[in-house]
Amino acid sequence: MMSLRYLPLWITAALLCLLFGIGGWQFDGFASLAVVSNLFSDNAFLLIVALGMTLVIISGGIDLSVGAVIALSGVAVSLLISQYQWHPLAAFALILPAAALFGALMGMLIHVYKLQPFIVTLAGMFLARGLATTLSEESIAIDHSFYDAIAEFGFMLPGGGWVGASTMIFIVVLVLVIMLMHYSRFGACVYAIGGNSQSAQLMGVPVASTTIAIYALSSVLAALAGIVFTFYTFSGYALAGVGMELDAIAAVVIGGTLLTGGSGFVIGTVLGVLLMGVIQTYIIFDGSLSSWWTKIVIGLLLFGFIVLQKLLSRRTAITLAAGRAGHG
Amino acid sequence: MKPTQPCADSLQQARLARYSPGSTKASARYLWPLAALMLLLAVNLLLDAGFFQLSFQDGRLYGSLIDILNRSAPVALLAIGMSLVIATGGIDLSVGAVMAIAGSICANLLLQADLPLPLVIAAGLATGIAAGLINGTLVSYLKIQPIVATLLLMVAGRGVAQLINQGQIVTFLRPDFAWLGSGSWLGLPVPVWLVIVMFGLSQLLLRRTALGLFIEAVGCNATASRYLGINDKAIKLFVYAFAGFCAALAGMISAADIQGSDANNAGLWLELDAILAVVIGGAALSGGRFSLLLSVIGVLIIQSLSTTIIVSGLPAKFNLLIKAVVVLLVLLLQSDKFRRQLSSWWPKLRKWRKGGQP
Repeated sequence: MMSLRYLPLWITAALLCLLFGIGGWQFDGFASLAVVSNLFSDNAFLLIVALGMTLVIISGGIDLSVGAVIALSGVAVSLLISQYQWHPLAAFALILPAAALFGALMGMLIHVYKLQPFIVTLAGMFLARGLATTLSEESIAIDHSFYDAIAEFGFMLPGGGWVGASTMIFIVVLVLVIMLMHYSRFGACVYAIGGNSQSAQLMGVPVASTTIAIYALSSVLAALAGIVFTFYTFSGYALAGVGMELDAIAAVVIGGTLLTGGSGFVIGTVLGVLLMGVIQTYIIFDGSLSSWWTKIVIGLLLFGFIVLQKLLSRRTAITLAAGRAGHG
Repeated sequence: MKPTQPCADSLQQARLARYSPGSTKASARYLWPLAALMLLLAVNLLLDAGFFQLSFQDGRLYGSLIDILNRSAPVALLAIGMSLVIATGGIDLSVGAVMAIAGSICANLLLQADLPLPLVIAAGLATGIAAGLINGTLVSYLKIQPIVATLLLMVAGRGVAQLINQGQIVTFLRPDFAWLGSGSWLGLPVPVWLVIVMFGLSQLLLRRTALGLFIEAVGCNATASRYLGINDKAIKLFVYAFAGFCAALAGMISAADIQGSDANNAGLWLELDAILAVVIGGAALSGGRFSLLLSVIGVLIIQSLSTTIIVSGLPAKFNLLIKAVVVLLVLLLQSDKFRRQLSSWWPKLRKWRKGGQP
């Protein structure tokens, strides 16, 4: 039982090591700390978004709005800093609660009016993207001493790797989300709702507040990812993060979380994003492979993992049925 | 073998009650989307007095209305396929990517100068059906959730289209193929004709045979319909293949329109518009009842909305924002709870206005 639960996680980890090993064997400089630390800093925003998506998917929902929220928070932050001369920290302090409100509203529509998460967050995606383009259609550059300081903030690893502010923010978020999901009452409620929302309600799980909190958290993490994205690009752009929700969902599935909800691990998602990152790095190192292979390989990986999950859940069901028959 | 008379009678009656224009239920279903469309068109007329004007030049009608019809053709085709998929309780996210694949296949075949046009079109349509069969197999035989199963092709499909095009935008010079996208026949643009023909054929296939009823039965309860003797797996396979076929046709129209295939942008995000149109048409994402006509009206509402925004002189950047607000309103109006809340507020509001106190 236990080993079956962890199997997708082990497979993702093994694939990650295997691909990294192949890369290291084929190319000089692939298996280095510099590549590993770049993997984290280049994908920090995707990692943060995917953590929020893990929460939503474990609860049995889906959040299509995250890519648009990244763009909206990036545009809003850069507008406040560049045009209204706010201090970046003040801008962050306004944007994050605003994102929480945005997510909470979506959660409320989903819970109170029993609307499908897919279509509500789709509307949320239009709304956030629309707001972002309304605020500014052009890319807004950020020029502030705080951003320069952030770019220089960090420390060198012995092998030539660089741990910057984005990576640190990601690690803090990761620890918080793991604590929340695996060691708190809230996390248990999220798993219960994903398993069966009706049973959870009957067991006394506060379904309303938990659902609202899940979507609020997802939006906050997306807004945070948008902020981290501005550290990376030094600008805010309304068309940033198009399609990032798909990358996040793919990473969550590759990380072994069931899309039907109720089962999965936070750390799996991190492995999923890293696996996608290593594929991309491999293709860049190789040079002769074209970029579209990334999409095809990720599609095939997704397929493999979904079939694996199907086989596993069928096996579990058979084991359970056999056990019941044996007792009867 | 003929079905027994009472059963056929009651079925017929049930269908009449639901679909005949005279029944209250059917008219209520058609009332709201149609009213919304009329309202939008009326707003356009207020903004621009010449909105309904049609002119006839070079054997073809021109005017804003024709423009709306022509522009909504690809999404209308997608929405016809999507209606059936949603009626079985599924969803197809891959149609945009399938459009790109079909476009790239056709464009590359057209570069081989000696290939006859029907063969190219058949190859494009076959691609769409093949993609749909992949989706359908994943959903019905491997029992993968529709969102996930079609997400695969949505992610990988665009990669495949880029692979076929070798990362380039492939352009072709074939007036006969371009006619599909920009030609006209009997005064109307060819894409509009394609939608009309597709709509008519599907309506015949679905409503003159039991197929439409079977699809709705599978959407309401797949297990129950299996016990009734409906092959629910085959039905699901069929609807995804049908959606793939429609997507391929839409992909060919948009490739013919620009006389080229752009793997990155062909049909990008159109799956969302198609889903939205079906939902605006009143279909529940959980499956069951569908109406192709309402879905097409949904497409026209979306397209007229964009046109209204342009005609009203608002910057195009408000397009998405207004779309989001409209979608939210439509969603809320479809929710039972919201309607109950509205009807409980209404008397209070009237009392408050009459009595001058809350």
